[in-house]
Amino acid sequence: MATGIRDKVAILGMGCSVFGERWDMEADDLIVEAFEECLKDAGIERNQIDAAWFSTAIEEVHVGKSGVPLAVALRLPYIPVTRVENYCASGTESFRGAVYAVASGAADIALAAGVEKLKDTGYGGLPQRGRGVLNSMYWANASAPGSFAQLATAYQTKHGVGRDELKRAMAQISVKSHANGAKNPKAHLRKEIDIDTVLNAPMIADPLGLFDCCGVSDGSACAIVTTPEIARQLGKKDLVSVKALQLAVSNGTEASHNSWDGSYFMTTRKAAERAYKEAGIEKPREQISMFECHDCFSITELVTMEDLYLSKEGEAWKDVLDGFYNADGQIPCQIDGGLKCFGHPIGASGLRMLYEMYAQLLGRADKRQLDEPRLGMTHNLGGFPHQNVSSVAIIGRYEG
Amino acid sequence: MVGITAYGGYVPRLRLQRQAIVAANGWFNAGLKAYGRGERSMCNWDEDALTMAVEAGRDCLAGEPPEDLKAVFLASTTLPFQDRQNSGVLATALSLGQSLLSLDLTSSRRAATSGLVTALNAVQGLGGRALLVAAEHRRSKAASPFEMMSGDGAAALLLGADGVIAEYLGAEQAAVDFVDHYRGQNEAFDYAWEERWIRDEGYLKIVPPVIEAALAAAGIGAEAVDRFVMPATIRNLAGQVARRVGIKPEAVVDNLQGVMGDSGAAHALVMLSHTLEEASPGEIILLVGWGQGADAILFRTTEALRTLAPRRGVKGSLARRKEESNYAKFLSFNNIVEMDRGLRSEVDKQTALSALYRNKEMLIGMIGGKCRICGTVQFPKSNVCVNPNCGEFHSQDDHPFADMPARVQSWTADNLTFSLDPPQHFGMVVFEEGGRLMADLTDVDVGGVEVGMPMRMVFRVKEHDNQRGFTKYFWKAAPAPSG
Repeated sequence: MATGIRDKVAILGMGCSVFGERWDMEADDLIVEAFEECLKDAGIERNQIDAAWFSTAIEEVHVGKSGVPLAVALRLPYIPVTRVENYCASGTESFRGAVYAVASGAADIALAAGVEKLKDTGYGGLPQRGRGVLNSMYWANASAPGSFAQLATAYQTKHGVGRDELKRAMAQISVKSHANGAKNPKAHLRKEIDIDTVLNAPMIADPLGLFDCCGVSDGSACAIVTTPEIARQLGKKDLVSVKALQLAVSNGTEASHNSWDGSYFMTTRKAAERAYKEAGIEKPREQISMFECHDCFSITELVTMEDLYLSKEGEAWKDVLDGFYNADGQIPCQIDGGLKCFGHPIGASGLRMLYEMYAQLLGRADKRQLDEPRLGMTHNLGGFPHQNVSSVAIIGRYEG
Repeated sequence: MVGITAYGGYVPRLRLQRQAIVAANGWFNAGLKAYGRGERSMCNWDEDALTMAVEAGRDCLAGEPPEDLKAVFLASTTLPFQDRQNSGVLATALSLGQSLLSLDLTSSRRAATSGLVTALNAVQGLGGRALLVAAEHRRSKAASPFEMMSGDGAAALLLGADGVIAEYLGAEQAAVDFVDHYRGQNEAFDYAWEERWIRDEGYLKIVPPVIEAALAAAGIGAEAVDRFVMPATIRNLAGQVARRVGIKPEAVVDNLQGVMGDSGAAHALVMLSHTLEEASPGEIILLVGWGQGADAILFRTTEALRTLAPRRGVKGSLARRKEESNYAKFLSFNNIVEMDRGLRSEVDKQTALSALYRNKEMLIGMIGGKCRICGTVQFPKSNVCVNPNCGEFHSQDDHPFADMPARVQSWTADNLTFSLDPPQHFGMVVFEEGGRLMADLTDVDVGGVEVGMPMRMVFRVKEHDNQRGFTKYFWKAAPAPSG
């Protein structure tokens, strides 16, 4: 029987570039910026890395396919490099590859690196991208905000929440993330906003306004992982280890079967249940110290709070308005600004979330530092509410 | 006896107010004011002759294609494809099967009436029914009288020997190369000669002898004609023709100029369908088609007219209307003015024809699957049943979705994605028998969509591949008719 990933792998080092509209940077420049920080943190030489996983999602607008762009950017010494892509959850996929390689004993030290260079399209929002030959013939003409906006109407209907109430809770989510992001020197959007600014912003996809949508950014993040034993041998004292790493992928039920009401993520619930079990967490609302969720849109964050079993179903909007998820609340959420303000260079985002949790666990988060966090969770989602991939990772202080 | 066994019609929902055209173009052509009353029908951006033909065909077949259907004819001068049989797309969209004679009839506004005579003759030889559909979506130069007087629309007739509602009594034709207007190969617009010449030297000299010959051959006196159906945009022209041949003035059928305009090759059948909606059994109907000659066709309605299943028809279509006063929108929808579509519109829209062929029943016919094991209805049809409690392999039979009632589960109005009519509405549409689709919504207005709203699937343009001159079609959800 599978024993899970808990405490089998430790994070040796992490790095993250500044996110934003990096007009002066190529993708490989961003990779190097994140990697140099990561390598320094790990305290190893580049040639000690046994294998690497490389995540990009919309590679057609920047580096192209395969593991080659990472190998070339870092001049890796002919080691295995695997390119992974799983929609916007790609970053966590590269981490999963590296972690599993170490856990299996196939590698002592592995690298997970993600990058996205999105701002070479000439327009705002995510790049237009291929959807597949057949899909493009019948899928709705939908943008990302339009797809996620569906959650709002379904949530309102299911829980009897009025449009204005929901809009206000969604707005509070963005206000909170902007307050956090303003304190993050690497964040893309570093400006505090008030609730009226959110409520009065131009409509992108009803009911999602401009400030309900995350930034589209250039950026890169990476992690070097190894076993706790090797980490100790390399002189690391305070260790952060992986407690859980789960992924759930839609099989078409939400898209084609009427058992799904459209107001939540079936995938996230499955992944969260398995992650808590893997990490030995029984009461997440009490045990999780902080989390980064995939707040591509405010409504995504709101329903995810329920899908991660932190808020009761139908009550996340109340928790939000009560400040439960604020920096000084019970479970701070998006303490680094989240996708909303740190930004969303897709292939890097899952690793960026882990970067913040790791920094917080080691007490390195400067002005954003929380008091004695023990368990940090990340939730990295890709696709559409009706067809998506959702990953949940939990990392924490290594007690072994 | 052979004749018409069912009819159907379709007029697009949008009605451009002629005053809006006058307001925009009156400075340029003061003569337009004379045409400024009423409204003209106007295709949504995702409608064309083929999509309107599908709607008229569905209306005519009333959800049940007859088992003895042997032929499908599609008449239009504005078919989206010059070389890809448009009637073949129509037949696939209507899920009529492959054992059919299918034919496009085109290049004259008389295509539908000549097609009707041809189809009625064919019915006797084919030993089954024929479906004749006519549709027209013409482009016109800005500030032209043609723009004012044209409208978009379609109509369909089912022809056969059983259950005849209007018996075919005979027809006469004249083939005369009288060029009142023409549209050259690859030209966008019609070119027309003087109206007075068309009236005096054309209609009034060419049509009466054809009518007289038809009446004589059928042994019917002109005064016996109860309904005289002759499309023409020249004022009271049908009345003048009627007087000349001795048809009583009250028999002259309104040409719908005030409520939709003239729908070209389709208009004779649009007017005929509208007439059949109003007619009683035992009436003599004379239909005249015009265009490089004339057709005169006689019908007598039968008792079966009373028992024909109710349908939307032209009347229902005309009642389903939305006033449009935005003339710029009309220009854009008809590709008369080049709008800045932005970088987001620059996606490659190539269609893999091999994939389209493999999936034509799904994409053109809206055919999904139904699991033989658990009964779950699903779209698209797939190898493995989507029911989480079933999951059977290779268990699905074809299941039609086009006519299944549906409701909106969730929706949005999307301002980011490129649309020719922003915001782009789409949402999860849940079908009554099971199955669902994240579908584009069409014929909806900002602020007009609600969760739970009843919807009806319609065959529409998905997008235009302007780079390759290809039009992609798929089904969208439109508000279901109330009541």
